Amino acid sequence: MSGGAIPGGGAGGRTRLRLYVAGTSPRSTRSIESVRRLCEHRLGGACDLEVVDIYQQSALAGADGVVAAPTLVRLSPLPARRIAGDLSDERRVIDGLGLDVLPMDSGAAPREAVGGGAGEH
Amino acid sequence: MASEPLASESSVSDDASPPERAAVLPKVATGIDGFDAITFGGLPKGRPSLVCGAAGCGKTLFATTFLVNGATRFDEPGVFMSFEERAEDLVANVASLGYDLDGLVAQGKLAIDHVRVERSEIEETGEYDLEGLFIRLGFAVDSIGAKRVVLDTIETLFAGFSDETVLRAELRRLFGWIKDRGLTAIITGERGDGQLTRQGMEEYVSDCVVLLDNRVEDQITTRRLRVVKYRGSAHGTNEYPFLIDAEGISVLPVTSADLDYRIAEGFISTGIPGLDAMLDPGGFHRGTSILISGEAGTGKTMITASMIDAACARAERCMAFVFEESGDQITRNARSIGLDLARHVESGLLRFEAARPSLYGLEMHLARMHRDIDRFDPALVVIDPLSALRGPPAELQATMVRMIDMLKSRGITAVFTSLREDGEIDQGSAIGVSSLMDAWIKLLNVEANGERARTLYVIKARGMRHSNQLREFTMSSEGIALVDAYIGPAGVLTGTARVVQEAAEAAAALRRAQESRRRQREAVRRRQSLERQIDELRANLEAVEEEEAVLLSEDEMREAVLASERRTLATRRGGTK
Repeated sequence: MSGGAIPGGGAGGRTRLRLYVAGTSPRSTRSIESVRRLCEHRLGGACDLEVVDIYQQSALAGADGVVAAPTLVRLSPLPARRIAGDLSDERRVIDGLGLDVLPMDSGAAPREAVGGGAGEH
Repeated sequence: MASEPLASESSVSDDASPPERAAVLPKVATGIDGFDAITFGGLPKGRPSLVCGAAGCGKTLFATTFLVNGATRFDEPGVFMSFEERAEDLVANVASLGYDLDGLVAQGKLAIDHVRVERSEIEETGEYDLEGLFIRLGFAVDSIGAKRVVLDTIETLFAGFSDETVLRAELRRLFGWIKDRGLTAIITGERGDGQLTRQGMEEYVSDCVVLLDNRVEDQITTRRLRVVKYRGSAHGTNEYPFLIDAEGISVLPVTSADLDYRIAEGFISTGIPGLDAMLDPGGFHRGTSILISGEAGTGKTMITASMIDAACARAERCMAFVFEESGDQITRNARSIGLDLARHVESGLLRFEAARPSLYGLEMHLARMHRDIDRFDPALVVIDPLSALRGPPAELQATMVRMIDMLKSRGITAVFTSLREDGEIDQGSAIGVSSLMDAWIKLLNVEANGERARTLYVIKARGMRHSNQLREFTMSSEGIALVDAYIGPAGVLTGTARVVQEAAEAAAALRRAQESRRRQREAVRRRQSLERQIDELRANLEAVEEEEAVLLSEDEMREAVLASERRTLATRRGGTK
């Protein structure tokens, strides 16, 4: 699948993420923090994050095929990818979602790794 | 109860009564024919049950039927959570059984939720739980007020998630949750190596485990069902065959072993007056099994057709399981002997169930008959021919016994035909059904003088006197008629030979009569001649007597003359004296 490279999501390859959590458990809080950190530091803020509580929006969870909690869904670029767990391992989250990220060290340098694949490291 | 009089033990008796009540485990009917019978009520209420088996053995169908029956017959809405098939596929798959899932969904009696779990789409990192699943299930259950739940096949989760520890803990929690909510659930599981399910689901679902099986023997598959475990309840422990066809799924408890069935009273006419006359009461006992054996072309099917016609004419329902012809063909053929079976079919009294013997295994045939008989409730069942059923000898024998038992226990008169003259059902083995039969009519084609004649005789008829005679019968447009067979010094003759012999005998009799008359005439003649001789002799005698008389009178005259002459002489010589 070359889906990761196709800018199916829309303008500027902006990544849309949706995080499903189950209530306000410590695990939920932890995962929300992890994703926020990821968005800011590794995607340079070029992502939209939506946090959904499955207790309150179970229909939406059903539509997205969410079974486990927490689950992070990459809505765009397509195809959708899912990752379950508290997202504590940032490396695996990035690999799992196939995100194009900024290099680990130079958190500030913007848009360098756009052309390269995720698995280049 | 016994402890009640003791006031001091009242608390004990209170403690004792709940388990007593609990002994009758609350159950939920599945509505699956037969299954509720072997489990004495159905699945345990408010608990998860495991239905497991290999691929294609009917797990999903079993579960769907449970839900559909719940929704349509028991007013218990249900949730179908599918981990494999998409909702549309599921709807399409069971539509062939007449289940309108879409309709039930629209009525709010059923909710279908397809949970897609694919390994390639799910990565894992860190801790997680399956709260999403719980919530979806809870949402679906609450949305329609479901009482029944099906999880098909939850083991798919093991393919989607790699952390087994989490999964197992979550499944345990899920089943606990189902129990807490009081939902009656069916969990399906794929059969695994050495255990009932791949992931050992039986560990979690411990209340009721049902195993479905689909075995192939001699290229014929037989579906079987077994209740492996049913905590807190008695249940049938055998493997029961079950059917999946247009009528849905039905399990058939067909292993009755007792002989204490009630006997139906009365006699039934065979529709053949001559045959009735051979049986002392004027027909067969009702509710017995009758074997009609004979080679091909001896008229077995037509005799059964007569019996069917007679039964339908008495307004009794008849069911014919035919394995070698279609119902239409039999109807047409029966018309040639003046029987109109079509009108019975139309009036609904007669039903033909035609199937090739190789279509199902023995068990399935039996199961199918069982179900059809239960639904149609016939008074007469015809199985034509019994010898068409094939299978391993031991199984065949057991099947026959059960078939006969099944019919007898319902008081149904059963007519079996068999191609084997000797009453065996299988070539090369000594399986005799004849001993199981109450009556046995043997048809024999007697071949002689370049022609064949149909004959029949009653080998046995339990509980009645019957003719021992071999009888010839003819089939014409007037039906089947029995003719007295010729039994004489030259043996039993039938057909033209009988006619020839009868003619010969008539000629001989005529000849004998003529001979006799001739001899009589001769005797008369001889008698007359003798009488004539006697007359002649008598005439002679008379002549002789006459002569004798003449001679005698002549002698007397002569004596008299002599005497007178002597006196005259004397007088002349002596003078006067």
